[in-house]
Amino acid sequence: MNKNRVQVLSIPYILWVIGFTVIPLIFVVAKAATNAEGDFTFEYLLAIFDPVHRKALLLSVCLAFISSVICVLISYPAALILKSAKFKDTKIIMFIMILPMWMNFILRILAIQLLISKNGVINHLLSVLHLGQIDIINTPIAIVIGMVYDYLPYMLLPVLNCVLAIPDDIIEAGKDLGAGKFHVLTKILIPLSLSGIGSGITMVFVPSMTEFVIANILGGGKIQLLGNIIEQEFSVSMNWNLGSGLSLTLMIFVLITTLLFGRNSANNRNFVL
Amino acid sequence: MMGKALGKIYIVLVVLFMYAPIMVLIALSFNASKSRVIWGGFTLKWYRTLFESSAIISAIGTTLLLALLSAAIACIIGLTASLGIYAMKKRDYKIMLFFTNIPLLNADIVTGIALMLWFVKFMPLGFSSVLVAHVTFNIPYVILCILPKLETMDIRQFEAARDLGATSFYAFVKILIPDLMPGIFAGFFMAFTMSMDDFVITYFTKGPGVNTLSTLIYGEIRKGIKPEMYALSSLLFFIVLIMLIIVNISARDNKDKSDLAAY
Amino acid sequence: MKKKSVCMLLVLSMALCILPGCGTKSSDTLTVFNYGEYIEPEMLEKFTAETGIKVNYEEATTPEEMYTKYTAGAISYDLLCTSDYMIKRLIDEGQAQEVDFSSMENYGNIDEKFWTLSQSFDPGNKYALPYFWGTVGILYNTKKVSKPVDSWDVLFDGEYAGQIIMQDSMRDSFMVALKYLGYSLNTTDEAQIREAAELLKSQKADVASYLVDEARDEIVAENAVMGVVYSGEAYLGHDFNNDLEYVIPKEGSNLWIDSWIVTSKCKNTEAAKKFLDFLCREDVANANFEFIYYSTPNKAVVDNMDEELRANTAVVPTDESIKGCEVYEALDADTTSLYNNLWKEIKSE
Repeated sequence: MNKNRVQVLSIPYILWVIGFTVIPLIFVVAKAATNAEGDFTFEYLLAIFDPVHRKALLLSVCLAFISSVICVLISYPAALILKSAKFKDTKIIMFIMILPMWMNFILRILAIQLLISKNGVINHLLSVLHLGQIDIINTPIAIVIGMVYDYLPYMLLPVLNCVLAIPDDIIEAGKDLGAGKFHVLTKILIPLSLSGIGSGITMVFVPSMTEFVIANILGGGKIQLLGNIIEQEFSVSMNWNLGSGLSLTLMIFVLITTLLFGRNSANNRNFVL
Repeated sequence: MMGKALGKIYIVLVVLFMYAPIMVLIALSFNASKSRVIWGGFTLKWYRTLFESSAIISAIGTTLLLALLSAAIACIIGLTASLGIYAMKKRDYKIMLFFTNIPLLNADIVTGIALMLWFVKFMPLGFSSVLVAHVTFNIPYVILCILPKLETMDIRQFEAARDLGATSFYAFVKILIPDLMPGIFAGFFMAFTMSMDDFVITYFTKGPGVNTLSTLIYGEIRKGIKPEMYALSSLLFFIVLIMLIIVNISARDNKDKSDLAAY
Repeated sequence: MKKKSVCMLLVLSMALCILPGCGTKSSDTLTVFNYGEYIEPEMLEKFTAETGIKVNYEEATTPEEMYTKYTAGAISYDLLCTSDYMIKRLIDEGQAQEVDFSSMENYGNIDEKFWTLSQSFDPGNKYALPYFWGTVGILYNTKKVSKPVDSWDVLFDGEYAGQIIMQDSMRDSFMVALKYLGYSLNTTDEAQIREAAELLKSQKADVASYLVDEARDEIVAENAVMGVVYSGEAYLGHDFNNDLEYVIPKEGSNLWIDSWIVTSKCKNTEAAKKFLDFLCREDVANANFEFIYYSTPNKAVVDNMDEELRANTAVVPTDESIKGCEVYEALDADTTSLYNNLWKEIKSE
């Protein structure tokens, strides 16, 4: 196949990227590097070191990390179980995972709020069963629940794909050579599914970092993530320069994380599905 | 046997976690009280009034049209882009992937406002501006679905077809497309879903009179969400569920199941 | 060669997708920008049926969103309805057109009182037409709060720790603290503002959540016993839960007025004026009132209201109850950034 001629096929996309990704990005960079009067400044690019912003960034990283880890802990066993059940029709699983996303995002988060709030559905059930009460609404725990709920499909799909793609022969061979269940897991299964976990972590971590609606609704406005601050700067304080500066820093930060986890994404065959 | 049962329970719990909020929304669609938090008895009236509201009906139309068009355009551009990127040298390949990731990395509000500032310079905001914005954030999903398929594919078949005298276009349609179909399909589905679910970017790039379900719902938060919205979401959910069951049944009849299992 | 033609086709199809947006706008169309759910939708159809003027209608949730979309200049809005301080900002920036309201047929329906109140952001009443108004106060559950509530004090004395909802809006939260401390809500005195911020910071531990729109629902669901809400929400809340009462604290509060302006970009001022006149007509104003249930400045509507509704201070505040209330003024840039920074500190405490 003539590679040069095939490369031509990406021209529409390259044009599209220049027109609608690169140019808008230049707008953001320009805003971030200037002040309200249009003069060049580093102030907004360095604004992340302001204690308030630093704290929000730390909290964002922390919650996004916890959410990603919980997603892995939920997804990985599920993938293993589905593998051992010889459930091959992943298309159905994909549908089941993506289906909830057809309910509007805001409605879904409001539904979670209904479930876990003080007088919510779960507490009603618990009081009927005389099991005490949960009091997690408006805390970071509630936000983590919301994030895990919303982004679990992004983790499940790549992990599942990766685990199901591991040939049974390899596992059998390992067993024949005397590996116990534990060794099969740590020496064969986990190393072979790392790329899936890596893309899953990226797919969960990135949106969790920039999220603000979940934090607003489930955190009761008491918890400020960097996404909330950026949103506030754009839509309430109208300081677009600061908003752009912060989002650019956030982007760089997210980029570093992506590179860390998705180092091999160029060779990763399971980025999304 | 014990392990199998535990495994099943685990899967059921995961699915339950994902569907509990959905069940709440479905329950709300039958709630006679307008409030989210009070149960006022069972009713079907929201399903009736749903079809009487011209605002909702036109928003459904816009949302579906937008999702279909943006996913389709994203699929075409994404497919050609994937082929092109696949043929690139390692360095160019990485650069392209980097730019592909940008819309995924940026906070929605930044993407939305940046696009708005840019659109304003050369086109009126309206349906088309939203469409361009949606295609922009949809293409990465398509590429990230197709590219991995391309890499695991056996390119020799394509080359063999060419050697046997097929034009590259013919070989492309007959060999590559069928092989890539699951990836294209997955990309289309992802793109469609993302477009349906987006609010922030749509809000900033839309013109007056253009409303998607998301922007309609968001406008309602202030005064309390109309129960018709719950009814609509439930309806959409059931339609997709039924579609899923039909696909499942027909897939079961299909002898080429291994084909599907491949991805 | 084939590939090239495929490319061309793609580029062409992209271009085609963009083009249909460039339709020309006919002169008898009005582009109207308003808050979400802030007009009875049938009234728009009625207006078109009566006058033949089409209405292109767009909604936003906050004044800041409106400002962003309006000033981006992508859409030339003809009419815009927003809150007092944003109206002031738009007038100051020359974004509003002078309108001779007194020549409107239904001019007399608007209570004189509101023209006076509007003076604080529109001196001379040249630009803004009052649409709806109301107050900010405390909505509380009479079953859970035994003592009489008549002061902001109840939010700060710690008795209802963890059961209070504050407004997730900078200006409204500061307003509560400033008024409680006895200052003006438009103060630009840095010491007073900082004192208010300290008070809000120390109060944060007692606050269940900072909400805007969901506050009413949370109180209705009894997830909290009291909260700072807009008067319109209070009426709706009472509808769902009879135990809820609304009070405007004695220290005074914010009185807000949402008004219409004709933007400077509007070319068809006659049509815009017709629209405003239409909104002031009694039957239309009444339909809108019954859809929104915020206080209306339309005295023809108030006069014909049934007794019970008119006696509800959340719907029709008495002069007595709004005695200490002030209208927001736009803050200068320095004060605004002080507010922003302090608010961020409070929120990240």
